[in-house]
Amino acid sequence: MYDGGKIIVGLIACLAFFLSPFIYDAGTAAKAPKPVLTEKAKEAGECVNSTPYMKAWHMHLLDTWRHTVVRNDERYYSPRREARMARLDKNLFDQWRHFVSDGARRYVPKEDKVYYKSLQETCLDCHSNKSKFCDECHNYMGVTPYCWDCHIQPEEKK
Amino acid sequence: MGVNRRDFLKIAGIAGLFGLSGRAAMDILAPGELEAAEKPVAPPGVKRWAMVVDSRKMDEALMDKCIEACHREHNVPNYGNPKEEIKWVWKEDYHHSFPGQQHAFIEEDLKHKEFLLMCNHCSNPPCCRVCPTQATFQREDGIIMMDMHRCIGCRFCMAACPFGARSFNWGDPWRVTRVEELKKLNPDFPTNRTYPTRSKGVVEKCTFCASRLARGEVPACVEAANEVTEGALIFGDLNDPESGVREALRKHYSIRRKPELGTEPNLYFIV
Repeated sequence: MYDGGKIIVGLIACLAFFLSPFIYDAGTAAKAPKPVLTEKAKEAGECVNSTPYMKAWHMHLLDTWRHTVVRNDERYYSPRREARMARLDKNLFDQWRHFVSDGARRYVPKEDKVYYKSLQETCLDCHSNKSKFCDECHNYMGVTPYCWDCHIQPEEKK
Repeated sequence: MGVNRRDFLKIAGIAGLFGLSGRAAMDILAPGELEAAEKPVAPPGVKRWAMVVDSRKMDEALMDKCIEACHREHNVPNYGNPKEEIKWVWKEDYHHSFPGQQHAFIEEDLKHKEFLLMCNHCSNPPCCRVCPTQATFQREDGIIMMDMHRCIGCRFCMAACPFGARSFNWGDPWRVTRVEELKKLNPDFPTNRTYPTRSKGVVEKCTFCASRLARGEVPACVEAANEVTEGALIFGDLNDPESGVREALRKHYSIRRKPELGTEPNLYFIV
């Protein structure tokens, strides 16, 4: 091989150059953020549905809420009724069985509560710390939901 | 084969001879039935919301109060620029409110009177027919609702609405909190933190305060008007013969905007 030394040095230099971003960032992977609960949320103890369900499906829940509120004028959400419906509706049940853990599937709300379906008035009433509860995770996942284009964020104390 | 070509032509010819076809045939053979089929009777329990504006009890200050109450309730910003104006409720003179019912020698008081206008929540809404995404649609109770999540901002509905009841968001409403001169016009935007704002590129209009109705309250403008003058704005269910709107319409002569267009407005004016 002619000029073998130069080629090998060149190859190593190229490799180092192309790998430099990975080397530079090695070991600094951001930890998945944990959503911070406000005092009010902690006190309430449970959300409108089970925690695993909310973690995986809150976007679906909000999407259903906005649709049913605006188009069908159904403004109240009952987790018990919802759980019953999900068991009856085989399609829906199969759909979310794949995504939701056993705990969520067997979830029965402690009380037969009914919630007013509203992001601004219900969700953000407890989770008034949007920057810690919503944004951190969304930023980590690289998603930018457009909820906040219209829906008013709670005022947070810095 | 039931009817061959020869028979068909014979029947059609004879029917044609007597002018029996289409609507005319129905009118002769079964008078009244076609009309009845066109206007279905409301099933029991279904509401049909309507509003009566008693213009005799309305004055400029009261109208301004209604407008302010509505726009504060729904976070409607003031851009200080008629080209960008967003209006859910507004006032207009007789000449522009009722162009078909106007003539040169009209009563002097009426000529210079302003009327409180808003979406008519037509029973036969042209806006809903043209909306390509069904972002605007007619609810069972007659309210013409806007689904802001679905609106693509094509503005067909604005072209279709003969009453100018719809406004387009040319820019992001939140800029009233960022631009200096707009900040002065909207010092406390958003005025209602329980109601959302809109985003750039959607059409908005009066919804008869659907969210307030769901809580059992009357629309914001009705509440504001009746605080000052009882019965200036009457809101209620047209399907209920005992309701306030039905009573007002029974007792007084009322007019509607552009009835000749056949959109069947549900906003009535006592003049």
